[in-house]
This record gives sequence, structure tokens and C-alpha cells, in this order.
Amino acid sequence: MANTIKVRAKEKDGEITVKCLMTHPMETGLRKDKKTGEAIPAHFIQEVTCDHDGKRVLTAYWGGGVSKNPYLSFKFKGSGGSVKVAWVDNKGESDSAEDSVS
Amino acid sequence: MSDMNMKRRSLLKGAMAAGTVGLAVGAGLLSPRMVLAAWPKSAFDAKSVEDAVKGLGGSGTEASGDISIKAPDIAENGAVVPVTVETTLPAESIAVMASSNGTPLAADFMLGEGAGGFVSTRIKMGKTGDVVAVVKSGGKLYSASKSVKVTIGGCGG
Repeated sequence: MANTIKVRAKEKDGEITVKCLMTHPMETGLRKDKKTGEAIPAHFIQEVTCDHDGKRVLTAYWGGGVSKNPYLSFKFKGSGGSVKVAWVDNKGESDSAEDSVS
Repeated sequence: MSDMNMKRRSLLKGAMAAGTVGLAVGAGLLSPRMVLAAWPKSAFDAKSVEDAVKGLGGSGTEASGDISIKAPDIAENGAVVPVTVETTLPAESIAVMASSNGTPLAADFMLGEGAGGFVSTRIKMGKTGDVVAVVKSGGKLYSASKSVKVTIGGCGG
């Protein structure tokens, strides 16, 4: 699954604000298929990591309580360079995206 | 605004396509569920806010006025409730929970060096309840909550 993450990093007054949108179903495993009545298997992002020039700035652990196509925004002190965002879900799928700080 | 909407449309389409692929993989492979070592399973499986706090390694939380939660008073769609947590405490981690959900813990953000006390995301809320933010600072847990009225639940199917 390529290009499931959109990431933007902007710098202002020595602080970088990162905003990202990921494309993911985020199934809790509790919902049922309306037609068959069978439970839809859980499929959600478990871990999101964000690095600034190779330095870890944020690790997020998620459960099924995060909305479908998750949005994430956070801030950290720094300037320049690039920000890399990566996720791993409960099926072991993963993706990452990078944006240079503007 | 219209530009944003267009992007949102294409994103939604992408989401549907990705979902289909995910289902196909699930049906074909039946691969065992991957478990990340660091993922705090006990906290995510907890059925109450108190248990989730225990799962995060705390015995209880202290109410703090230094945490602010930005969330709508009334959420029309419980499937997408925007939540922003900000704190002036030197935070090590910020957890976001929805008290009325079957498993309250939605997300736990471990802040690295230089990260400010700010996270914003969107969570699901099954029904009306409190959004609880738990901030870990100096080894202690502080919390704040805000009630959100949900008119359409987000966990049904």
C-alpha cells in the first residue's frame, strides 16, 4: 500500500508543526458485516513513529478507538531537515512518508 | 475550502480501495495477528478509564488545570470526533481516552525530546461521554476531561 500517508511539516519560531493524514480502515474488530452478520476482523494502526532527521520525536500507540483515516498533528522544537512518519498495523503492514520542513 | 473538499473526496476514495485490499489479504492469508512488543495491550484492552490508567503504569491520576482539551460540545458523528490536547506540563506522554467506549483508551502518544505538549487527532466515540486526557509528567499522571455529547454513535455497524 503505497502513499497512504500525507505529511506536512511547517516551521515557525523554532517550532515545527507536523500534520499528517493516513489512509487506513481502522477496524476495531467489534463491527459486524450488515449482510452476513459476521464480525469484521480488527485492522488498525498500532504504532506511529515520527522522526526528525533520524531523531525520534514521537511514538504513538493506537487502538481501534482512533477514527478511520486517522489525522495526527503535533509540535516539537527544531528547525530544517525533514520529518519522516511511519506506521505499523496489527496485520504487520506498514508504510512511511517523508516531508522536508518548510 | 472547495480545494480541501476535493482532497478529502480523493482521500476517501483511496480509503475504500485500501480497505478492499485489506479485506482480501485478511480472507486469503488468515495471518496471525502481529503483536508489537511495546504496544501496551493491557491498557488498550482495559474496559474502564481506571483500568486503562493502570495499564499505562499508574495507580491513579491527579486532576490538573494545566491540561486543556479541545473537542466539540456536541459531536454529530461519533465516528470522527476531533480532539486536541494541550498541556503546559513537561509531558512525557499524552493518552487520549473516551470514557463511554467499551475500551476507553484510543491513543497513547510518547513524546520524544523537544516535543511540545500538543497532540491533535480524531477518535471514535460510541456514545455521549467524557474525553479524558492523561498526561504523564515527572513520573506522575495528571488528567483532565471534557464531556462530549454524541448524537450518532461511531462504533455501531
